[in-house]
Amino acid sequence: MKTILSGNEAFARGAYEAGIQVVTGYPGTPSSEIIATIGKEYSDDIYCEWSTNEKVAMDAAAGAAYSGRRTMVTTKQVGMNVLSDSLLYAVYTGAEAGLVVVTADDPGLFSSQNEQDNRWYSRLAKIPTLEPQDSQEAKDFVVKGIEISEKFDTPVLIRSVMRVSHSKSIVETGARPEVPKEVGKFPRDISKYNCTAMYAKKMHAKVEQRILDIQEWANTSDLNKIEWNKTDIGIITSGVVYTYVKEVFPEASVLRLGMINPIPDKLIREFASKVDKLIVIEELDPVLEEQIKSLGIEVHGKDIFAPCYELLPDRMRDFAAKAGILEEKKTAESEVQELTSKLPTRSPVFCPGCPHRSSFYVMNQLKVPVAGDIGCYNLGSMPPFNAQHTMGAMGASVGVLHGMSLAKIPENRVCTIGDSTFFHSGMPPLVNMVHNGSRGVVVIMDNSTTAMTGHQDHPGMEWQVTKERPARRIEIEPLVRAMGVEKVKTVNAFNVKEVKRGFEECLEYDGPSVLITKGECIFVSRKPKPAFTVNPDKCIACHTCFRVGCPAVVLSDLKYEKNGRFKSSIDPTLCNGCSVCSQVCPVGAIEPPEAGKESLAE
Amino acid sequence: MKDVNFLVVGVGGQGTVLAGDIMAEVGMLAGFDSKKSDILGLAIRGGSVISHIRWGEKVHAPMSMNGTVDYLLAFEPLEALRQIENLNSESTVVFNEYKIPPVTVSSGLAEYPDRSVIDSSLEKTAKKVYAFNATEKALEIGAVKTVNVILIGALSSLLDVEVPVWEEAIKKFVPEKYLELNLKAFHTGRDLMKTMK
Repeated sequence: MKTILSGNEAFARGAYEAGIQVVTGYPGTPSSEIIATIGKEYSDDIYCEWSTNEKVAMDAAAGAAYSGRRTMVTTKQVGMNVLSDSLLYAVYTGAEAGLVVVTADDPGLFSSQNEQDNRWYSRLAKIPTLEPQDSQEAKDFVVKGIEISEKFDTPVLIRSVMRVSHSKSIVETGARPEVPKEVGKFPRDISKYNCTAMYAKKMHAKVEQRILDIQEWANTSDLNKIEWNKTDIGIITSGVVYTYVKEVFPEASVLRLGMINPIPDKLIREFASKVDKLIVIEELDPVLEEQIKSLGIEVHGKDIFAPCYELLPDRMRDFAAKAGILEEKKTAESEVQELTSKLPTRSPVFCPGCPHRSSFYVMNQLKVPVAGDIGCYNLGSMPPFNAQHTMGAMGASVGVLHGMSLAKIPENRVCTIGDSTFFHSGMPPLVNMVHNGSRGVVVIMDNSTTAMTGHQDHPGMEWQVTKERPARRIEIEPLVRAMGVEKVKTVNAFNVKEVKRGFEECLEYDGPSVLITKGECIFVSRKPKPAFTVNPDKCIACHTCFRVGCPAVVLSDLKYEKNGRFKSSIDPTLCNGCSVCSQVCPVGAIEPPEAGKESLAE
Repeated sequence: MKDVNFLVVGVGGQGTVLAGDIMAEVGMLAGFDSKKSDILGLAIRGGSVISHIRWGEKVHAPMSMNGTVDYLLAFEPLEALRQIENLNSESTVVFNEYKIPPVTVSSGLAEYPDRSVIDSSLEKTAKKVYAFNATEKALEIGAVKTVNVILIGALSSLLDVEVPVWEEAIKKFVPEKYLELNLKAFHTGRDLMKTMK
């Protein structure tokens, strides 16, 4: 059947058609929709879960594959750093059934803290790696990945990027193969599954031979294809970048690698020998280029195409023109360029009705140093709040806060961490703070979801993957008390005064403290309240309400004569009636809706 | 046929992604190769959202190159203007007049461009510009969320694809209980364009 799927929907479909039975992962853009789709579409045949973090997901996948189930793990590029600890032993052991890991990289940093190129993990782990160009291949390569995994007894990595995961294209779907409902007893094969040094030594030698065997196989595999055309330029490329090459260099010969590790050395030599000028076009790092150079082949790559950001067709063309390979293209008129460069930017902001707004409003007033973490709350770093000063990796905030304490900075300090991030990797550093006598306020911003990645579940919630599947909920407050934190305070995130008092109380405490700001994400409650309104007779255009950074609070056309500024107003189609702006208004000009009024925001 | 490049832009939360999904589906149902690329960023409302949709005999890259957009469907005036470099003298623009000022404007860091600047710039660059208040129409119909399907309806009147194909695609993406409302929205958008041609 022909259907149109996003790359991530296609990976999910691939799991179905590959006979995969277990899928684990932790949410992360641009990978999250794979498990979401499996939960929605294929849960009769495939068990899937959001594990607490990527390492846990990888271990669970290894255990299931050791037990004889075909298994898949999904992660975003930085999640691979967490996952890799366990991937590296799974590469040594292999498994009883196929195991694929899908990493969705983020060239262009649309929603990531770095632009790391996970193809390096292919080389580090010595793991065969496939890279699809579109949704059809996203699906097919999962099936192929399971085949390769079982043929060579190794995990297989599938590398996606945002432009594959979040693009849609037409897919021809197939059927699911028969897979056994039951598995037998767990294998007791120590020499295969126990990486103690005496066995791991032998495993390493096996891994080295295996990658050579796969390379030989790759030389004739239909995953790698040469498209002969004019031979003055020959391009080696892979993944979605291939589709850009087809736009920019329609006349060049192309060797397209569907398998990017190990590289097919013989095929590359053959291609190189028949073209005048060989160019590798790859986004981010020169991973292929360096290997091709090490074969002793003369090749261009990063001398033409920069290693940062996406290599979209326009940019690819510009680089090629600069290197004299293509003709210069005329650029937009300077008048137009000047106009667009002056337009107001529109960055993401806390949604109307967001529970984080009050905390950042308060932290902005308290002027404390704040270590931040990964989640929507990082928007608190931006104007008008400017109230979060570091952000690096999942769970890092709590450790960074501890470091501030170790350094004995002259002020008390705070870190912010979301509920899902706390479960992911915030617990070990909090225990560390307690044990090592740290001081600082850990603010757990509990909005009852993994918000930024699309509202997935986590251990603090009472369902798993879909609301139809009930799950045991773990309460955060008793958990942190059990971890030895003596000062714990839970406040209503929608009550600005209560939030402020909570901060003040915890900041006074001489030791590690936890402030839990509790309030549901507007996407969880999904119950927008009717809009508040600004009474223009009361508004004094002081613009305090703009300091809560809400997109529903806008300037009106009415001027306040005393200061000549425009008064505020509220867009009724955006306001969710959370009341935070009205709580900070010094003159009570922001009024609740009349009784019986309905929300226009839904 | 010649490839058709669409660009759908708006503000996170306005339903642009669904609009693009419907258009990509229509492309496939109408017999073209069809691709779409979203810049979703965070699952948060309020940021700029961009989707490319391409129909053609064989589509390679899921996004079009600068200056090759045939149809720009903008859910907000500033977001329409922001895409001006993607347009050419043959492009058609359909945009929703309802302003959503970014927080940078309300906090006084930037100024929202004058409507006259938006109109004259787009008209100077593109072949044809249509503008109407789709948000107001959506509220009249009964739900601000139908803005996207009203705009799809408007766009559909400019394209050579039969109405039932559009309706089939809408049916696929809209929950059943809102289907009737959305079909009404679609035809509202289509009818509006008749008065503007």
